Amino acid sequence: MSSDTQHITISAKDLSIGYKNVSVANAINFDSLSGELIGIVGINGIGKSTLLRTLAKIQPSLSGSISIEGKSLDTLDASALASKISVVLTGSIASKYLTVQELIALGRQPYTNWIGTLTEQDKSKITEAIQMLQLEDLVHKKCYELSDGQLQRVMIARALAQDTSIILLDEPTTHLDLYHKVQILKLLKSITQETKKTILFTSHEIEIVIQLCDKMLLLKETDSPFGKPSELIKEGAFNTLFPTDTVSFDANTGTFRIQK
Amino acid sequence: MENTAKYRISFVLLLIALVICFALNISLGSVSIPFKSTLNALFSGSIENESWHYIIWDYRIPKAFTAILSGGALALSGLLMQTLFRNPLAGPFVLGISSGASLGAALLIMGASIFSGFATFEIANSISLAIGASLGSFLVLLAVLSVASRVKDTMALLIIGLMFGSITAAIVSVLSYFTTSEELQRYVYWSFGSLGDLSWSQLSLLGGIILIGIILSIASIKSLNALLLGESYAQSLGVQLKKSRYIIIIATALLAGSVTAFAGPIAFVGLAVPHLTRQIFNTTDHKILVPAVLLYGAILMLLCDIVAQLPSSANVLPINAITSIIGAPVVIWLLTRKRRMLF
Repeated sequence: MSSDTQHITISAKDLSIGYKNVSVANAINFDSLSGELIGIVGINGIGKSTLLRTLAKIQPSLSGSISIEGKSLDTLDASALASKISVVLTGSIASKYLTVQELIALGRQPYTNWIGTLTEQDKSKITEAIQMLQLEDLVHKKCYELSDGQLQRVMIARALAQDTSIILLDEPTTHLDLYHKVQILKLLKSITQETKKTILFTSHEIEIVIQLCDKMLLLKETDSPFGKPSELIKEGAFNTLFPTDTVSFDANTGTFRIQK
Repeated sequence: MENTAKYRISFVLLLIALVICFALNISLGSVSIPFKSTLNALFSGSIENESWHYIIWDYRIPKAFTAILSGGALALSGLLMQTLFRNPLAGPFVLGISSGASLGAALLIMGASIFSGFATFEIANSISLAIGASLGSFLVLLAVLSVASRVKDTMALLIIGLMFGSITAAIVSVLSYFTTSEELQRYVYWSFGSLGDLSWSQLSLLGGIILIGIILSIASIKSLNALLLGESYAQSLGVQLKKSRYIIIIATALLAGSVTAFAGPIAFVGLAVPHLTRQIFNTTDHKILVPAVLLYGAILMLLCDIVAQLPSSANVLPINAITSIIGAPVVIWLLTRKRRMLF
């Protein structure tokens, strides 16, 4: 494929997600293209994280189909999927004793031999990821020495080093202040533009997401509108995102107003 | 990378330390044999004194090898469990493997008088005791494994392991309540742990089982490294979670179960050595940690055994007491130094 034509990376059709036959969101339909930054928003408990975990095959879908670059998710095993999708999850990683270098190097696991020896190509991918996220000064630090914002950048670098066409991030901006929230999201934006990767992330920062994302998925129980933020605003899709008794959407400013 | 040379030097130093500890271990004991005669007996096989030759070749050397094997195996099983359960306090005792072995030993030693049908069963020799203990640890492990397939969360698995431990401990105490005092004494003696009771053939069996455990561990190095990020991340990196988990648990059972069966329960080595190793090597990479904990565990156990011998005294202290006396302060020191144990 040539680098300037976009192709479909993830395609979800009539997807229902949830746990043990209790669905949280149904009729999810979207096609993501390479080079797109896509924000997933919705009320607490609607299944934003569940959707990401389902797309990454960490948990099964209830019904519907997902295909990753034209191949059904069901036919991809863990190792095949590892070279197509990388993830950045919420919650802290298991071992904070890892150094930044070691952690980012783990992103190369899908490509290394049985014992994980890094080749020259692996090393150059790791260096590339470190440079892209400007982590040069931190590489020898242990993860417990990092701030939340630094750790988030390290985790994104690890996902980049995994060299997949799709990156899924679960609430990459929680615990960060406004400055670092915007910094992380702008970073994601520049990654999609430079590398032509598809990045899907969940967020509660709807007003920032509207300004930065190429497309948005508004997760709701019965239908989940998907499209460019401006189109979604025009359709009035944001008006029903939350119960209307406390906040309402102002289409002119792209912000939510508190009902007095 | 610049670390490779540093690691190489550390490994060479560790190997030298191991050889020195081994030599010290076999030259010290309740019968004092000159160091030179020990070396002579080792390398030239020349016999200055028939009984010295016997002591060195049929008692001290098998005991030193038992120390090396059990120390290395317990330390490695501790490392596997800490990574698998993402818990710095995990060790061979946590999954109930050691308590399963204790249950097997207790049933053999104390059960005979209670269930008179088994009274004719020969319980005196250590091989039947070892088989009983192995069976006990494997039965507990099978029970844990069957539950593990239904439980997704490893924290739940950890608690289930603890519960199995409690159940076996309860059965052991019921048995000890009804048993005769001689048998109770024999069980208590077994639970002290002992490195000195193994023949060469038992030793080779123990060595074979541990070798399988080590091979399985080496095969799991890559998944162990991925598990440092947590199970979901490991899966996203292509690790087949279920399969890796089974291999790691089986390796742990082989390593810790066989040692407990042959040498009795030995505390703290499995818990403390992985932490010491991470501090000294300053890495979490299992490519380095797996061989390093094997060496450290072996060295520590040889040292503990030297202390237990109370050189130039006729008394031998229980090895389990020594490892606890040395191991517990180490864990406390680590806790205070880092405020919280990291892995």
